Amino acid sequence: MAIRQLSIFLENRVGRLASVAKALGDAGINIRGLSVADTKDFGILRLIVDDVVAAENVLRSHDTVCQINDVTAVDVDNQPGGLAKVLTALNEAAVNVEYMYAIAEPKGVRPVMIFRFGDAKDAAMAALQKAGVHLYDEQDLLGK
Amino acid sequence: MNDLLLKDFVDRRAMERIQLERMQDTLRRVYDNVAFYRRAFDAAGVKPEDLRSLADLCKFPFTEKTDLRDHYPFGLLATDQKNVVRIHASSGTTGKPTVVCYTHDDIQIWSETMCRTLQLGGCTEHDIVQNSYGYGLFTGGLGAHYGAERLGCSVIPMGGGATEKQLLLIRDFGTTAICCTPSFFIHMIEEAEKIGMDFRQTKLRIGFFGAEPWTDAMRRLIEEKSGIKAFDIFGLSEVIGPGVSADCEAHCGLHVFEDHYYPEIVDSVTGEVLPPGEEGELVFTTITKQAMPVIRYRTHDISRLNYEKCACGRTIVRMDKVQRRSDDMLIIRGVNLFPSQVESVLLTVKGVEPHYQLVVTREGAMDELEIRVEVTQQIFSDAVGGLEMLRERISSRIKEIIGLSAKITLVEPGTIERSMGKARRVQDLRKLK
Repeated sequence: MAIRQLSIFLENRVGRLASVAKALGDAGINIRGLSVADTKDFGILRLIVDDVVAAENVLRSHDTVCQINDVTAVDVDNQPGGLAKVLTALNEAAVNVEYMYAIAEPKGVRPVMIFRFGDAKDAAMAALQKAGVHLYDEQDLLGK
Repeated sequence: MNDLLLKDFVDRRAMERIQLERMQDTLRRVYDNVAFYRRAFDAAGVKPEDLRSLADLCKFPFTEKTDLRDHYPFGLLATDQKNVVRIHASSGTTGKPTVVCYTHDDIQIWSETMCRTLQLGGCTEHDIVQNSYGYGLFTGGLGAHYGAERLGCSVIPMGGGATEKQLLLIRDFGTTAICCTPSFFIHMIEEAEKIGMDFRQTKLRIGFFGAEPWTDAMRRLIEEKSGIKAFDIFGLSEVIGPGVSADCEAHCGLHVFEDHYYPEIVDSVTGEVLPPGEEGELVFTTITKQAMPVIRYRTHDISRLNYEKCACGRTIVRMDKVQRRSDDMLIIRGVNLFPSQVESVLLTVKGVEPHYQLVVTREGAMDELEIRVEVTQQIFSDAVGGLEMLRERISSRIKEIIGLSAKITLVEPGTIERSMGKARRVQDLRKLK
């Protein structure tokens, strides 16, 4: 149930994000979701794209440092308490979340949370399945 | 070539006899023919005949780079201009270049010592040598070229830059030996990786790297990444150009071709000659050069001399690899810092490439040191914490080994300026009053 995400090292410099977006756009790669973790000097851009391997190749050819890693995509009810249900399940299993961000599924109706669990991944998956939460696979999520 | 090789194995007393005779001749020639030296000797109260032993050289005055500039371009010629067959000039970072002239015999001396340099690395007439030092006024190109030709190698006069073409020739011509700056060779390795070319699959087996300071750790990195044997070559145009000294496979010091270039180590502050084994500033006297001999020329390079016989059997004196200069030393909050020290520390942190730059600024009365380090594929981590930890690790090692707090900035690959020649390691932005 792993989703492949592309993480990119970016300096905090004018136009860096735009140039990454342009490189992907020029190569016909669609960005489906993103989040940026930033510090004073640098940031890490995390992308869900429709072709992660092609995106990696494009960026590496532009001398950009990037890496593919596995994240988990969790379906969330589009109503009050939807996110709480997911987080409570994780909390009860004492799973720590490294980071998370929201994107939309292909129809744009239901929210999807992208989670990075690190070492606690197996425990997290078990807890989510036990709580009856739907996990997307890559084909589902990208609407392929 | 055996006659040339033998010169590296001369017995010490025989060497000193040759040196004394040549030095006496040189001092006489410059005193008779160069107004600058005559005035300087007179001012110091010495005459050429006062040199009765090699130890007497310390009575003679030093020559500084500024003396060469002050007599720009031909004021220090010790021979008639009609005997000059070549003129080189070193790129001055400020103002006028430093000019050096060569007679036909000087070119022979230079070719000989550069040839001996290549032999130290095991180069023979069977080698195809790609000379990627810049040709032109810079002495690197023609110096290495003539040495390789003298040895009988097949020389490719490639020159610097044009990385893709360099790689093409290495592959297609079956280049077995290369001469260039270490930073340019690392650039070539990086470019080769991008196009999926592996140096181990080529015939390249030896590299002669010089013209900028580099560390042993960098040598090991080059050897590991490319599978070649890397040698350090040293020279400066004021003395002759490349081919003043070079290391052998033992890598324990660079053999100085002292039958032509006589080295001393002096205290850079007092000018006093230091005994063998002590660290100080390297000073050279050319003892065979005709057109523009230099007497006790101060290099500002920090080194040491070792007169013991080398593991390779050579008896000629060895100098320590030059990793710092008495004048590119940065003083930051009272701590002496040489860029090469930072490089050594960085190379101990796994995954860190030797692409770095030191930026020194002054906030109020306080000097701030920033070390910019390029992030590579190997050290990149998806977690902010991972990168922060790397920064912390570098910072604490710098603090521990050098004793300075530095701000570590992680930058993207290719951000730090790579020159085809010398890497720009330091930006000193302090405005000192």
